[in-house]
Formats: sequence, C-alpha cells, structure tokens
Amino acid sequence: MEKYNLTYQSLGEEVLLIEWPSQIEASVLFDILSFQKVIEERLGSQIEEIQNTYVTLAIFFNPDKISYPTLVSKIKDCRSQSSGRSSFLKSTVWEIPVCYGLQFGIDLEAMSVEKKLSIEQIIALHSENIYTVYFTGFLPGFLYLGGLNEKLYMPRKQIPRAVIPKGAVAIGGSQTGIYPQVSPGGWNIIGNTPVPMFQVKEAQPCKIQAGDKIKFLPISDVEHKELIEKIKARTFELKQHPYALN
Amino acid sequence: MHSIEVLSAGLLSTIQDSGRKHFRKYGVPVSGAMDKYSADLANVLLNNPDGTNVLEITLQGPTLQFNCNTCIAVTGADLSPKINDVSTDRNKVVEVRKGDILSFGKLLSGCRTYLAIKGGFEVDVVLGSTSYYPGICENILKKEMLISVQEHKLNVALNSSVKIDTENFSSDLIAVKKGPEFERLTPTQQELLFENSFLISPQNNRMGYQLTGNPIKLENTDMLTSITIPGTVQLTPAGNPIVLMRDCQTTGGYPRILQLTEKGINHLAQKKTSDHIRFQLI
Repeated sequence: MEKYNLTYQSLGEEVLLIEWPSQIEASVLFDILSFQKVIEERLGSQIEEIQNTYVTLAIFFNPDKISYPTLVSKIKDCRSQSSGRSSFLKSTVWEIPVCYGLQFGIDLEAMSVEKKLSIEQIIALHSENIYTVYFTGFLPGFLYLGGLNEKLYMPRKQIPRAVIPKGAVAIGGSQTGIYPQVSPGGWNIIGNTPVPMFQVKEAQPCKIQAGDKIKFLPISDVEHKELIEKIKARTFELKQHPYALN
Repeated sequence: MHSIEVLSAGLLSTIQDSGRKHFRKYGVPVSGAMDKYSADLANVLLNNPDGTNVLEITLQGPTLQFNCNTCIAVTGADLSPKINDVSTDRNKVVEVRKGDILSFGKLLSGCRTYLAIKGGFEVDVVLGSTSYYPGICENILKKEMLISVQEHKLNVALNSSVKIDTENFSSDLIAVKKGPEFERLTPTQQELLFENSFLISPQNNRMGYQLTGNPIKLENTDMLTSITIPGTVQLTPAGNPIVLMRDCQTTGGYPRILQLTEKGINHLAQKKTSDHIRFQLI
C-alpha cells in the first residue's frame, strides 16, 4: 500500500526521519502507527528507539550496529509489507475526569466573552468530543490531542504564565491538552484533572499512548476532592472502554 | 557505608551518565552529561565502564569530603581543583584519602567540569538512568547530603594521563550539519548563518542555548510539531537561533535549520554567557 508519498532524511548521526505529507489527520496517524508496528516487529532488535509525531516517524539507531543506507533500505522493505490497515491497532477510550469549576478554569470567563459562548456551552463542547492521541511530547506525559471543536479555538496568551498547575486542562489555538506537571505555559486554562498523566515509578509511565482516544468527563468540586483522596490511597483506576476503529 | 559528604553544593552540580534512553515516546528528555567528551575521558582515566555516571559541575564548584580512600579524575572546564587547599591535577587519576576535602576555585576555562570516581556514584536509578532531570530524577547535590561511593585501594596504576583535545575548549567554531528545514533559508540567509558570529545569551542551560546576532527571519515559519534531539538548532519567529541541549524537549514546533554534531554539542557545552560562536558546516 503506497497511499502516502513518504520522504526519508537524517537528523544528526543517529536518527532517520520518515515524513508523511504535512497534515494533521487520523488516517495519517494510523498509517504511521501501522508502519511503526511493522518496523518494531521486523527490525526491533536492530534499532534503538522509535517515536512518532503528527507526520513523522523517527527511528533512532546506533551507526556502529547498522549504517544509515542499510537502515533506509530495510525500512523501505518494511513499507512494502505494511498493510496500512489499522485493524490490529488496539484502541481504547480513556475517560478523564475534569473539574471545570471557576477556581480551576481561570480563563473560562475571558473565553466565554471572547467566544460568545456560555461557560456551560464551553464545558459541553469540550467534554462531548472524543479526542485522538497523536503523540506525547513537550513535557513527560503531555499528550498532543486532535479533535477540538472549532468553536473552542482560542489563541495562546500573548504573555505566557510562569506557573501553570499540574493537571490543568487548557486550550491553545486549535489544540487542547493537560499539563502533566507544573510548568510555564501560554494556553487558556479551563479546568483541572487530578489524574496523574505521568508516573515515573511505573514500568509504563504513561498509560495513554499514541492512537488511543480520550474523552473528558465533567466532575464537581466535591468529586475532584474525592478523586485526589482516591489517587493518594491508590484506589483509583483510569477507566477505559473499547473503541471500534473505522 | 562509604560516602562523600557535600559540604557545599556549588551552583548546579548534578549526577549525569550517558542519558535516559527509550522513554522519548513518553516525552522524557534524554539528559546525560552535556560535554560527553570530557565525561567519557574522566571514566577512561579510571578504567570505569562506558557510561558510568559522573558529577557535572557548572561554573562554580562544590566542596566535597571523602569518607573513604578512592581514586578520582577531574576533566572538562578548568575550575582550579584543590585537595585540602592544594592545587591538584586535572585530566589525571588522583588518589584521595579518607578525610580529604576536594574544592574548586576560579573558573579559568570552559563552563562544565566533570568529576568521576572509581566505580561511579551509587545513586537512584530512574527509568534506566541516574541522570538528574527535574521531576524525574533528583540526583542533584545539596548541602549536607551523603553520596554512596565505593572504597578503592590506593596505589593502583596512577600514572595514566591523556592527551586533551584543546579545541573542545578554545575554538569558537561549532560543527553542524544541515537541519531538516535548512532549505527554507534563502541563499543569502544560508551564507549569513555561517558568516555571522552569534552571542550566547544569558538564557543558556542544560535545555538549550539561546543565541543572538543579526536576526535571520524566515518567510515561512509554519510547521507541525516534530522531532527534536540534543543539538537541534531551531530558528524562532524573531530570527534568533536556539540550540537545544541534552535536557531538551523531545518535540518542538520551530524550523530546525541546523543540527550540531555530537562533537559540536560537547564543544558548545563548554561555552557560557557572552561567549561568541560561529557555525561550521561539515
């Protein structure tokens, strides 16, 4: 299957970049992930690491073990084997509880004025969509999500805040996301989730991965507080539902 | 327990090894010694295995007391190392005895000094690495902390010393290759990029070095967030390059105009605020 025209180039001495046409689309993502799976199965022992972004698959390799031209040629062989169908991709919808209360959603009021939507409408629009996880980057556990309703597009703040709290749910331009740790940032904050997005002591520090789907579940202040206690007591588990891929 | 006691911590003294690999897909930076050339050299001197951790010392040194006999090697920037207030050798194996105090003085060259110890520092391993990175692994020196180390007999082969690549510290030329978005620069901008001298701004740290010079503004700065690695040179919309270093984000959205070679990264790691550099295409 040669649906997309791919380009191959190097980045530094130890990375091969495979590039898809520059468009954020779920079909591109699933083609990338399906190619990634074939490469992992067939060349896993010959490469060091593999990482994807919206339209790139990066293969990290050790030039002492495999040369760049050999790697490219082996990867191209894998491409002809890659079916492009994503039927084998296991995907789940993760339900992420978010408190959209004004004490957390400090930019909700400004956004309501700017977008001419009530706060209730903003919450409804944000929590009704199912989002696709494209990749993790920027900070440990920061998910790049696709699927924000256009009505909620909101430019980043001119002057970024020095401190955004851990768990802040925010909108920046056409993107929405969750700050996995305290950090500076310029996105508009609309809520907070107590769910840890990155757990350094776990063998798999992020449960949610590229290709997965997520949905935000609005919760009250009281439920937010209860959830913090549950997470402390380790009695909370992130809920997931099977999701049928088209 | 054999240990080193931290009498004072210095400005930024962190444990670093060859880095935290295989977790990029979770957004975890690679980290590791900024100047791997100097860190490796210190380990080679002590006959430590490849990738043994070292202490990376930045601009101002800590004061450390050894509570056992062992051997150390100090490499990288010349921070006037002293044992019990007497100058000691750099780039050579040095014996230390129980009770000895290692301290540092004036910075005479470079930016980062490396201290390796026979057998390495026995500190927390997080996601396969001991390298400090805030929020992931807290292996950073603090006053009064004790760091476990191994005791080693003295009078081992002490005479080994090595020839140092002085260019790593003296030259202002940083070796680069073209980056994925290099062709977005006009031919004139490409020339400027290699002719210009850039000033290292005060915004320089383990994550990246912001450079200032004659701004080079791209017509087209649009791009989707993509892969970044240590040594990637991004061009901001204002036209100033940022060189990403070992603690850099795993992804970024600015055009990647150049990519430093591994040697180039080690070299830049020894530059500090107000130093000038030029890029050299290899």
